Order: sequence, then C-alpha cells, then structure tokens
Amino acid sequence: MNNAKGIAHKYGDNIDTDVIIPARYLNTIDHKELASHCMEDIDKEFIQKVKPGDIMVGGSNFGCGSSREHAPIAIKASGISCVIAKTYARIFYRNSINIGFPILECAEASERIQAGDQVEVNFDTGVITNLTRGESYQAQPFPEFMKKIIAANGLLNSIKG
Amino acid sequence: MGMTMTQKILAKKAGLDHVVPGQLINAKVDMVLGNDVTTPVAVTEYEKAGFGPVFDKNKVSIVLDHFTPNKDIKAAQQCLISRKFAWDQGIVNFFDVGEMGIEHALLPEKGLVAPGELCVGADSHTCTYGALGAFSTGFGSTDMAAAMATGEIWFKVPAALKFNLTGKPAPYVSGKDIILHIIGMIGVDGALYKSMEFFGDGLQYLSMDDRFSMANMAIEAGGKNGIFAVDDITLEYVKDRVNRPFETVAPDPDAEYEAVYEIDLSALEPTVAFPHLPENTKTITEAESCDIAINQVIIGSCTNGRLEDLKAAAEILQGRHVAKTCRTIVIPATQQIYLDALKAGYLTIFVEAGCSVSTPTCGPCLGGHMGILAAGERALATTNRNFVGRMGHPSSEVYLCSPAVAAASAITGKITSPAHV
Repeated sequence: MNNAKGIAHKYGDNIDTDVIIPARYLNTIDHKELASHCMEDIDKEFIQKVKPGDIMVGGSNFGCGSSREHAPIAIKASGISCVIAKTYARIFYRNSINIGFPILECAEASERIQAGDQVEVNFDTGVITNLTRGESYQAQPFPEFMKKIIAANGLLNSIKG
Repeated sequence: MGMTMTQKILAKKAGLDHVVPGQLINAKVDMVLGNDVTTPVAVTEYEKAGFGPVFDKNKVSIVLDHFTPNKDIKAAQQCLISRKFAWDQGIVNFFDVGEMGIEHALLPEKGLVAPGELCVGADSHTCTYGALGAFSTGFGSTDMAAAMATGEIWFKVPAALKFNLTGKPAPYVSGKDIILHIIGMIGVDGALYKSMEFFGDGLQYLSMDDRFSMANMAIEAGGKNGIFAVDDITLEYVKDRVNRPFETVAPDPDAEYEAVYEIDLSALEPTVAFPHLPENTKTITEAESCDIAINQVIIGSCTNGRLEDLKAAAEILQGRHVAKTCRTIVIPATQQIYLDALKAGYLTIFVEAGCSVSTPTCGPCLGGHMGILAAGERALATTNRNFVGRMGHPSSEVYLCSPAVAAASAITGKITSPAHV
C-alpha cells in the first residue's frame, strides 16, 4: 500500500454523514459532484482549501448517522488520502474500507494533530508522522483481510478475486 | 462463555458452534435491502464488477422511499437505475410508488423478516428489525452489492450491552421516549460497535410499534444492532405475516455483557432530544420550561410512522386545531398504515385539525422533500436524527420526540406535554 502525505484538516467529535454530504445532494452518484459539497454545512471553505493527498482528522464517532456510502466517496473524491480519528461509526468504517479508502483509528494522533500540520501515514506499519511537530503516533495496522480489500481497491474487486 | 442473542444468530448463520466478540466471520444473509439512495450506488458497482443474477431474487428487497414520489429530475434518474435493476433481475420484493412504504415499516409488515433471521440493509436504520428478535444491521452500498452477489457478508462479532427493562411506563411514555432516554444516558457513541439487547418484565407493556421505534434508534447510540427477547407479543405479530419456518433465539444463561443497565420504565417521562445530537435529551418538564416555539411538526418516519403512532397523535388532535404558526405534516409509513388510519378515522381527524397528510415517504426526515426548513426555523419531529442541516437549512433546528408530544406541541405551537393540552 502507498503511504499518504499531506496537510491536516481538523474537525471535532461526532462528525455525522449529514454534514459530510447533506442528503439534499444524494440525488446524484457522481463522485466529483458529491465532493463539491463535502463538509459544506460546517466548513464552507473545505472544498476550496483541500489539496490532493491531504489528510482529514476527526475526534470520536466520526461518520455517525446514515449508511450513505456517498460520505466516504465524497471525502475520497475531494482529494483526501486518509482519515484519522479517535473512533469511527461502524458503517462509515466498513464503507471506507469497502471502497478501498484507508482510514485509521488513533486517539493520540486525533488529539495531537492540529489543522495545517504536515502529516505522513505509513499504512503497512500504522505509524503516523507529524512532520510539523516532529512527533509520531502508532495506529493499529489493518488486519490481513482488510489489506486485501484495500489492495484490490475495494470489496467487490477482492470478491471477484 | 455463553453467547448473547446476537452472537447466537451470527454463529448459526456462519455455520459455527461458537463465536466470541471481535471474531471476524462470514455469514449467510436471509434478506438484503436497499433504497432509492443507496441502491443506485450498489447497482453501479455491481454491474461494473460484472456480477450476473443476484444470489436469490426472493431475498433482495428494494424499496424506493427516500425521494419518492420522484422529487426532481435527478432523483427520478436515480430511481430509474433501481427500477431497471429490479425489473431486469426479477426482484420479487421490489416496492415502488403505490405499493411502497418506508422500508423499515414495510419489511416487517410484509413478513419479510422473521425472528432468528439475519437481515442486512443499505440504510442505517435497518437495525429496526431487531424488534422481532432478528439480527439486522445497516451497511453501505458496496456491502449491498457484495451481499446481493454472494448471499454472504463479513462481520466482526460484537460485544453486547444488556438493557433490563422493568416496570410499567406512565401514560404518554412510549418506546420513543424510552430509547431517547437511553441514548441520553449512554451517548451517541455509547454502544459503538456493540449490540444493544433488550430484556425484562417491562417488555410486556411494549407493543411491537414501541419496540420497532426503540430498535430503530440503536444506531443513534452507535449500536451495531438492537435486539429484543422474543415473547408472545412478537409471535402474535409475525403469526399472520411470516409464512415460512423460523427459529427463535434466546441468549445463553451465562451470556456475557460488557455492561448491564437497569431501566425502570415507570420512572420515565416523555423525552425530547434537543439539537444537534440525539443524546441532548431533556424530560418534557425540562423541555417545556425552555419555552421552545416551533415552526413545523413532523409525525412519521421509520421511527414513528406506524398505526399506533398515528393513533396517539389522533387522540390528542381530535376536535382540536394546530397552531397557525406551526405547519404540521403527518406521513403514514406504509400504504397499509395509511389505509388502516383512514378506516380508523385518524386521517379525518388530522385534516380537520389543519394537518397536511402525505403519501408514505422518508421525505423531510433527511431533508429530502415534503417539509424542508428555512434558515433559523425549528421543527419538532418524531424522526430519528437532529444533526446540523438534517431537515433543511444548515441553521435550522430539529427536536426529536414521540408522536404524543409532537401532536400536543402542534396545538400550542411550542414544545408541550400531552398532559397539558
């Protein structure tokens, strides 16, 4: 798996899927269009600020609420390469892995990383490096079967073998 | 170590004698569900992956309930993807406008989920069917595509929280009030990754409609599923609906729970969740003292659009009129509920009270259509989520409550106890 490296965009606890992508935009499945509304109800500037490779950082229960896969799709299509949070709502977690979008749980990284920090993630080891602060944090690396799904760029490809 | 209800169903469906929390398993599914928002994503991925016929056309349900009757051209195009897939695949349980209802009211009503079964759905409120003593949980569109193709899905076996319900609820205290109370107590991530299992002698006072609205909101505490002990009330409900054999499941006597909560139902009051999280709960007494004026009331949704919900609202609205300042929208959850409410005279009561009555749809609950809020407006709703922007403008607010509190508040135009109208 490739590493991720970019600037951190930081949000708080209980970031729900309605703010990640409001339901009023769920009348499309176009990834780019979904991305253009990503986070807009709590951070209008996110979509202007985000650059390919950037990293999103959240607190606890990230992605709670609806099962809409449009939420991780919108974040992924916005250019974000990885989400780091203290904990995830389980459907958001499944959906992210299932679309081949790597997301990590790490309480220390979630607390320590500040908006604008330069962050690098090594998915094989689970080590998250904060280049701005000269710190590193250890997340659980993915279990083998999840690595297989992510490496295949999603669950369906992995099922097809 | 014994197993919980959830663990026993998962073990059985995975073909294992025993499972433990944290174990990764592959389980066979009895029903796969999708709606008009999640199915198009699943269908696109399904077809891109080149899968052929679904694993069993009797075990897939597609319900077009969110943006239907089609609210705009884009929604119509989305629905068309689901319609074509359902027609081409010969999906037996495909429900379109005229037959459809809100999915989580419809599937139990049609007998499509039975005790002891395993149901998965691309909608987070799929956990509703735990009321029947089934394992049911929400997942995403890619999961739906995989489950439709293979009839199997991977799970991590959850640890469990036990809720021991005792005592008899006071008048106007419904399943919705109980689950709001519980979410207020444990928080929106209080059951993260876990199953919430409901037992106790208080169950005898909870109808199936109460239980559906409780299991429905397990996800609002982060739960993987909610599940109820099977009793005579459950068996009476499924008797004329489910026409296939099923096996009920009970927990082992030595099942292990991470925590056990004792809930005295007789001590609860009607409960309201304030913006912007379902855990921000207050008793109706506290809520009334906040003097909250409201612009709109919604009575409906997969949480509270069932016949008993409409009955509770109709009994309060009979012979009264809603406040001029409070638009009140009633949405029976299914065609059958609509018809039953019509025959019982509830719809007449609603219209005479100045309510709008809609065909079944999820509509306003998720800010889709049929009751969107303007900037700064406030709704009191029997729905399940009060997140920022959930029902419309990002600066609007949603308060969550039971049908009785919603009806009473519609009359006064502010949050009001049913005992005070």
